[in-house]
Amino acid sequence: MMAAFSVARTSCGLINGLRVSFRGLARVKYGAVCASVPQRDGRWYSSVGHLSVKERIEQKRKAALVGGGQKRIEAQHKRGKLTARERVQLLLDPDSFEESDMFVEHRCADFGMEQDRNKFPGDSVVTGRGRINGRLVYVFSQDFTVFGGSLSGAHAQKICKIMDQAMTVGAPVIGLNDSGGARIQEGVESLAGYADIFLRNVLASGVVPQISLIMGPCAGGAVYSPALTDFTFMVKDTSYLFITGPDVVKSVTNEDVTQEELGGAKTHTSVSGVAHHAFENDVEALLNLREFFNFLPLSNQDPAPVRECHDPSDRLVPSLDTIVPFESTKAYDMLDIIQAIVDERDFFEIMPNYAKNIVVGFARMNGRTVGIVGNQPKVASGCLDINSSVKGARFVRFCDAFNIPIITFVDVPGFLPGTAQEYGGIIRHGAKLLFAFAEATVPKITIITRKAYGGAYDVMSSKHLRGDVNYAWPTAEVAVMGAKGAVQIIFRGKENQAEAEAEYVEKFANPFPAAVRGFVDDIIEPAVTRKKICRDLEVLASKKQVNPWKKHANIPL
Amino acid sequence: MAARGVSPSVNRLLQAVKCSSVQARCCALLQSRCCAAHGRAQYSTVHSPQEKTFDKILIANRGEIACRVIKTCKKMGIRTVAVHSDVDASAVHVKMADEAFCVGPAPTSQSYLNMDAIMDAIRLTGAQAVHPGYGFLSENKEFAKRLAAEGVSFIGPDTHAIQAMGDKIESKLIAKAAKVNTIPGFDGVVQNVEEAVKIAQDIGYPVMIKASAGGGGKGMRIAWNDEETREGFRFSSQEAASSFGDDRLLIEKYIDNPRHIEIQVLADKHGNALWLNERECSIQRRNQKVVEEAPSTFLDPGTRRAMGEQAVQLAKAVQYSSAGTVEFLVDSQKNFYFLEMNTRLQVEHPITECITGLDLVEQMIRVARGYELQHRQEDIPIRGWAVESRVYAEDPYKSFGLPSIGRLSQYQEPLSLSNVRVDSGIQEGSDISIYYDPMISKLVTFGATRAEALSRMEAALDHYVIRGVAHNIPLLREIITHPRFVSGDISTNFLPEVYPDGFKGHRLGAAGRRELLAAAAALHVTAQLRSHNILGELRVSSSVPRASRWSLAAELGDDRLSLEVSKSGDVYSVEVDGGTVEVRGQWNLASPLLPVTINGSERMLQCLSRDASGLVVLQYLGTVFKVRVLSKLASELMSYMPEKVPEDTSSILRSPMPGTVVTVSVKPGDTVAEGQEICVIEAMKMQNSLTAAKQAKVKSVHCRSGETVGEGDLLVELE
Repeated sequence: MMAAFSVARTSCGLINGLRVSFRGLARVKYGAVCASVPQRDGRWYSSVGHLSVKERIEQKRKAALVGGGQKRIEAQHKRGKLTARERVQLLLDPDSFEESDMFVEHRCADFGMEQDRNKFPGDSVVTGRGRINGRLVYVFSQDFTVFGGSLSGAHAQKICKIMDQAMTVGAPVIGLNDSGGARIQEGVESLAGYADIFLRNVLASGVVPQISLIMGPCAGGAVYSPALTDFTFMVKDTSYLFITGPDVVKSVTNEDVTQEELGGAKTHTSVSGVAHHAFENDVEALLNLREFFNFLPLSNQDPAPVRECHDPSDRLVPSLDTIVPFESTKAYDMLDIIQAIVDERDFFEIMPNYAKNIVVGFARMNGRTVGIVGNQPKVASGCLDINSSVKGARFVRFCDAFNIPIITFVDVPGFLPGTAQEYGGIIRHGAKLLFAFAEATVPKITIITRKAYGGAYDVMSSKHLRGDVNYAWPTAEVAVMGAKGAVQIIFRGKENQAEAEAEYVEKFANPFPAAVRGFVDDIIEPAVTRKKICRDLEVLASKKQVNPWKKHANIPL
Repeated sequence: MAARGVSPSVNRLLQAVKCSSVQARCCALLQSRCCAAHGRAQYSTVHSPQEKTFDKILIANRGEIACRVIKTCKKMGIRTVAVHSDVDASAVHVKMADEAFCVGPAPTSQSYLNMDAIMDAIRLTGAQAVHPGYGFLSENKEFAKRLAAEGVSFIGPDTHAIQAMGDKIESKLIAKAAKVNTIPGFDGVVQNVEEAVKIAQDIGYPVMIKASAGGGGKGMRIAWNDEETREGFRFSSQEAASSFGDDRLLIEKYIDNPRHIEIQVLADKHGNALWLNERECSIQRRNQKVVEEAPSTFLDPGTRRAMGEQAVQLAKAVQYSSAGTVEFLVDSQKNFYFLEMNTRLQVEHPITECITGLDLVEQMIRVARGYELQHRQEDIPIRGWAVESRVYAEDPYKSFGLPSIGRLSQYQEPLSLSNVRVDSGIQEGSDISIYYDPMISKLVTFGATRAEALSRMEAALDHYVIRGVAHNIPLLREIITHPRFVSGDISTNFLPEVYPDGFKGHRLGAAGRRELLAAAAALHVTAQLRSHNILGELRVSSSVPRASRWSLAAELGDDRLSLEVSKSGDVYSVEVDGGTVEVRGQWNLASPLLPVTINGSERMLQCLSRDASGLVVLQYLGTVFKVRVLSKLASELMSYMPEKVPEDTSSILRSPMPGTVVTVSVKPGDTVAEGQEICVIEAMKMQNSLTAAKQAKVKSVHCRSGETVGEGDLLVELE
């Protein structure tokens, strides 16, 4: 499979045999780039032998800085894409980038690759460390201008090196992906390189945050590195992620599909749930990534960062007193609540277009990063289904791994019924969210704004799953189910169903049944929610909770 | 309310107050003492307790006017009953009242106009009187009759006065008989086209043909010659028939370039009547007032007296009692002509209260109880100047204002400023819905002089925070600072004359543009610097930014400019566009208000949003500007980024989920506003309201109520 993603294959015209089944994939977008090896001016390498070491260093450095050469840089720009170095420059603070392995070159000696004109100092990736808003980060940025960013053994080795360093000091890794795939000339060396990266992705998972920003093609086995990282962001119109390209799809399943439809940003942020966010272009993506980075701790050894905050922690939010409609069947926007409560209305939503019946994302409370999870009554009544459970579960686990407190807003009518859900395994997938909330040991604060029905009540960070502070608004209804359904069961056959329903509502459609049992700690006025949460978080900053020793848990995958 | 629980000494002090500015200070004092949430009323806050009026009043209205009436009732120690529709259950007027009564669902015909339900509310709550506010049932003689039949006082004029003034032809005849100047015209119903032409010739062109039962500009036409008269007669009678079910027309002289000036009158049931000076209401759009002021710059004392006396004559002629307004058109020669009489409290009454110190609602209640007027004509002063801006939830860039709806996600009235009065009936979190008038508030400022009142209005508009709906503050601010308005050179044609191509917002001059860019750049740098401030002990130390100069690039509209920013303390010095701007501020990144000092002069900007990709949205001089501030590097790299044409999905509405269509609120050909409900889908026992993503005409409707739809099904197409 890995071989399919070669872009370099046509570059030498020597490996035509490999082309047969994969040609289309490479040709569609980026094949052209690699159609021939760059013609460089022969100024430096032809006279290498006569230069002093110092001069050679200078020349190599100079060569490394232009990657695949000016022509390819222009081609990259024409596609609306920045070069690997421009991306790094924009992502990191000015003058903070410390590059490593600028002199690394590929070691392939086949198919004419050993020729000087096929060697590029630094090969097809730029690696190093730098600072984002002063905070340490390790970065690799694949260089599409060199062999289409294809992954050679040397390329993989460079990435592995900075990942290892990131692990030893405890700092996040950001990958800027723009690569045609494996370097076919290198064969199994390239496959080994992928595996080396995958292993490090897995070992680093939960130790340091890993972020992938897909800024060009990323296909075949290469996709599994972003898939293993914590967050995958994409750039609209210029990035693709797929296992096999449209041509192979056509030949195997006879489906006609474009690259964009198959693996574009829209597909992955709204249909597949593979990517967490998409941005308009390279510049916006990188600037947003800087902003996003500021929410994260550097590693699992660090507490959630606390940024200077101008928003008073005791600010009252009177607008929340009227936000939940009187009719319990009427929807409202959970984002209104979240934005009104968090610092400066600043909420970085994760997966805003996927499984919209649950809202997850990062915000700050009195400067401290928090993860927000909320049912969204505006979409499918805020019910839990397969996609929303998985979306929520992954987010909760990230927060738990990196010491980010979780604030959960609950308005959930239950799990979505139906054959589609049952056949799809809602039991298994719903259990993931349950599992994630239950195992989380970070501070957990829960606010029931309205409905908390049935099993979904238990799941949504309830007291029973070790919620630290659980609040109910006066509009909260914690019950096994809605009044109508309940009455049909309790008073089956009774004539006056309406009266029974009214009785049920009186008894259960309020926060008291949960409050008298201590399942919610307090019933609070919505206006004071922000103030309460900020105070709770201050106390819970020293929370210590340890799960029983285990090799690892067995989440129902 | 402020007057409650005030110590007697403060009361005495207040009674002694003569000058309005002193009074304002006292109000502030009272506020701080009493913590009055709704204080700052710039009318008398004193009430003589020995005069007993009613125990309980029902307010048959909603919004700001209901709140306004409740405030005075509280001051007078009267218990209040609010009525409300179901969607208004948590509205401000409901919270303020002692009791509240739901009178029906959202549509006004089923709630605020539902006389049966309101009569029930009166009986059940035992209210002795009803204040109708304005609009709704305020000029409904049927309602007044029903109240009279139940022995409940109507706080307004008697039925016969409502009736007499309600019909344009009849009111004109009465006015003429009372020796009030009327517009030359034919005093009766025009029978046919030829008669119309003859009458028009007698009066002299131009003439106005209008529906006898009309209002709001419907069935109104201007004719400059015989041909246009014939045409106008035909169209107007058709329109009148379809709009009012009454095709009677009248013809009168058309006053070119007129001013709309009205006289507030106050009369009791004992034959006494006063005129409380004028209000200038010439700034209008589509026959709706936008900015009003009192007094008028145009009237001299003689004209004022003449108008006032005629207004009183008319009031007396119809045995008017309570507060009322006599509207006049005034031509450039200061000839004034009676237009109509409004037999209710007017929207713009606060400016009269500001300059006279009277509480009109209190006077209405007293008069309704049968008391004689407390004042004589010579007691009625003109103290200073008052200006009122009607703040609407509407988009001023479309025909000077098309309604906008939504939730007020942030809302702050400029009450921290002195000499500002805000009459509103909403608060942060309130919904501006399609069911009711989109007025957010009446913003009133006053001062010793007109200039003072206007400069206060500028500040008040700049301090007013409204988020979540479009609003007309950009237009209001442009009007009150326009040289023609400032010089008093206005007429009812002001807006179309000043903005012949429609309102486009504030046009920035070179200096203004520099100020705006400098403020945006300073804000950008502040936010960037703040990003470095991670508190607490850090395991991996953070590098500190060393820069104190920044090279930035800004985009504003189609302009690209480079900026050099340097910082020392709270002061940013920004070189842009060939000039240097110094911006000083507190730079609170959480506050919607951004008070800054730019080159020594104080400005209140508002920051609407800031995002990671450098976009800073600022409200500056009332108008919202989008500035993109980037580092020089980012700006250079941005040049490689392709322009993208946004995909337009806003014209197609698809079902977001499987469910049942409960209601479809539109039909093909309807015009929907952005955010307006198109249909409701019920799924999982939840009603989901689907709304229009833009303002458009409905092209086709593909669903019916009761129908089951699947996810992604096409429901409605817009044009």
